[in-house]
Amino acid sequence: MDKQKYLDLYYQMVLIRRMEERGAELYQAGKIGGFMHLYIGQEAVSTGLIAARQPQDRVITAYRDHGVALNCGIPVSQIMAELLGKSTGVSKGRGGSMHMADVTKNFWGGHAIVGAHLPLATGLALGDKYAGRDGVTICMFGEGATNIGFFHEALNLSKVWTLPVLWVCENNMYGMGTAVGRASAVSEIQQKAEGYGMAHERVDGMNVLAVYEAAHKAIETVRSGSGPRMLEIMTYRFRGHSMGDPERYRKHEEVLKWEEQDPIGVFHAYLTTNKQAADKDLDEIDQRALAEVQKAVEFAEASPEPALESLFDDIYYTEEV
Amino acid sequence: MARLSMREAISQAMWEEMERDPNVFILGEEVGVWGGSYAVTKGFYDHFGGERVRDTPIAESVIIGATIGSAMTGLRPIAELMTINFAFAAMDHIVNEAAKLHYMFGGQFVLPMVIRAVTGGGRQLGATHSQTPDVIFAHFPGLKVVAPGTPEDAKGLLKAAIRSNDPILFLEHATLYQMRAEVPDGDYVIPIGKSKVQRAGKDVTIVTYSKGLEISMKAADELEKQGIQAEIVDLRTLRPLDMEPVIESFKKTNRAVVVEEGWKSFGVGAEVSARIYEQAFDYVDAPVRRVAQKEVPLPYNRTLEQSALPQVADVVAAVKEVL
Ligand SMILES: Cc1ncc(C[n+]2csc(CCOP(=O)(O)OP(=O)(O)O)c2C)c(N)n1
Ligand SMILES: [Mg+2]
Repeated sequence: MDKQKYLDLYYQMVLIRRMEERGAELYQAGKIGGFMHLYIGQEAVSTGLIAARQPQDRVITAYRDHGVALNCGIPVSQIMAELLGKSTGVSKGRGGSMHMADVTKNFWGGHAIVGAHLPLATGLALGDKYAGRDGVTICMFGEGATNIGFFHEALNLSKVWTLPVLWVCENNMYGMGTAVGRASAVSEIQQKAEGYGMAHERVDGMNVLAVYEAAHKAIETVRSGSGPRMLEIMTYRFRGHSMGDPERYRKHEEVLKWEEQDPIGVFHAYLTTNKQAADKDLDEIDQRALAEVQKAVEFAEASPEPALESLFDDIYYTEEV
Repeated sequence: MARLSMREAISQAMWEEMERDPNVFILGEEVGVWGGSYAVTKGFYDHFGGERVRDTPIAESVIIGATIGSAMTGLRPIAELMTINFAFAAMDHIVNEAAKLHYMFGGQFVLPMVIRAVTGGGRQLGATHSQTPDVIFAHFPGLKVVAPGTPEDAKGLLKAAIRSNDPILFLEHATLYQMRAEVPDGDYVIPIGKSKVQRAGKDVTIVTYSKGLEISMKAADELEKQGIQAEIVDLRTLRPLDMEPVIESFKKTNRAVVVEEGWKSFGVGAEVSARIYEQAFDYVDAPVRRVAQKEVPLPYNRTLEQSALPQVADVVAAVKEVL
C-alpha cells in the first residue's frame, strides 16, 4: 500500500467520525428524527473492508450504515441531507439514517430488520454468478444478527450454490444491551461458519490495516470461485446502541478500556511511528474532514424538503393506470 | 384510582399478574437488563429475576414458537415483540401455529399466551418500522387481537389477556405510552371482546380504536365547538369484533365515520362499514366514511410522514361529509 492510500484510509475514518459527531449534535437539536445508530468506534471495519473491494463488488449492510455509505463513495453532503430528510438525500429523504443506498456506487443499502438483508445478499451473489460476472457480494451484519433464522438460511444456501459472498460479522460484543454470551450459543461467531462448511477468520477490527489485509485476501479468494467465506471482525461501539440508550448493560470502564484502542488513534500512531505521515499532515487531514462536514451540513440545511406531491412516487415501478 | 400513563398501566397489569401467578413469565428482546426498549418492563428483572424475565436473542420465530410451546405445558408466557413489524419474522408461528393448534387438534392443546407488541407510525422510523398492520392479525380465526386506546382499558384488558386460555395479540401504540388518565387500582379486569362508548353524542358515530381514539376525541372536541355532538365507539378488540354498541349508536345517529391509523384498503373501516350495511341498512342516511393512512409505505421525512397519517382535521372533515 502506498502512502497516499494510507492517508486516504485515515481521511475516511476521520471523516466518518466528524460526520457522526455532527449528526449526533443535529439529532439532539431535533433536526434529525427517528432511530440513529452511530458507527463511532467501528470505523476501521468498513473503511478497511471496502478499501479492499473492486468496483464490481457489491456492499450491503444493516442500519448502522453511515460509515459504510461514506466508504462506498457517497458524499457526506448526501448522507447529511438524508439524515435531515431532505430531497437531496441519497434516498430522497424517504429512508433516513437506517436506509441509505446508492446503486451507482454498488451500495445496496442499509437495512433495518435485523438479519433480513442476509438472504438478499445470497440473491445478489446469485445474480452475479448467474450472469457470469466476477463481482463479490460483501454482506455486513452484527453478531446479534447471527441468532436469527435469516442468517442460517442465507449462509447455508450460499454454500450449497457456491455463491460469491463474503459474510462479514461485525462483532461489537452487544446486540442492543445483550452481551454476545447471553444470546449466542457460541461466543466466537466464526464457529457458526463451520456448520456450513465455510472457511472463516477472526480479525482485529480496531486496526484498519489488519481489516484491509484480511478482506483483500478473502474477497479475492471468493472471486476465484471457491464459494462463500466468513470474517468475524472484532470491534466495539463507543456510543450507545442508538441515540436513546441508557447503557445500563455495560460499565463505563469497559468503554474507556476500548477507547484506548480507538481505531483512529491506533492508525495515527502507526502512521507517525512508521514515518508514513507527520503529525502536521494528519492535522491537515483532520481540518479537511471538519471543513467537508461543515460544507455538507450547510448543503443539507439549505436543501429543500421533498415536495408533498412526491409522497406517492416510486411505490411501483410501473405507475398505476 | 391513580393517574397512570399507558406505560405504567401496562406495566402494573403485568406486575400484578406475575405476583399473583408464578406461571406467568416474560420473554423477549431487551425485556430484562435493559428494562424493555419502551421501558415497560423497567424494574421487572431486578424484582422477578432472570428466570421469569427472560432476555432472548434477536430471533422472533423462536420467541413466539417457545411462547407457544411453553404455553402448551401450562405456563402463561407473555412474549414482547419490540415492535409489531418484527412479527413478520415470526409470522408462521403466529398464523400457522398459535391461531390453529387448539382447533386443529380437536381442542387438546391449550395456549394461554399473550404476545405484546408495539404498533404504529408517526415517529420517523421509516417504512419498515412504522407500520400499523393490526388488521392483518385480526384476519385469522383462532387469534384474538386487543388494542386499547386508554390506560384504564390497557390495564383491564391486559390482565384479562394474561388470564385467558387463548392466544392473544395485545397491541400497544407507541405514541400512546405517555397518555395519562385515571386507572382503577388492584384487580381490575375488563372482559375481552367488548366495544365501549367512550364519548356520548347524538349527531354522528365515530368508530375507532387504539391511536384512532385519541385523534377522534380531539376531533369530537372541535366538532363540539361547532355544535356537533359525536358519539365515539372504541372497538378495543378487533377480533372478536363487538358490533353491538356500534349498531346501537348508528341506529341513533344514522351516520358513521370509521377512524384507523392503518391503511384504508381491506382495513377496519372496510370491515365495520360492511357490517353496518349488513346489520343496519335501513338506518343509513349517508355513506359511511373512512379515515385512514394514505396508501404508501411511510417515509422518513417528518412532513411527508405526517401527511400520510390520519389527522384530527381529516376526521372533522369526514364527519362534515356525512352530516
Ligand atoms: C427482526 C428484528 N428484531 C429486532 C430488531 C430491533 N433491533 C434493532 S438493532 C438490534 C440489535 C442488533 O444487534 P447486532 O446485530 O449485534 O448489531 P449492532 O447494533 O451491534 O451493530 C435490535 C434488537 C430489528 N430491527 N429487527
Ligand atoms: Mg452487535
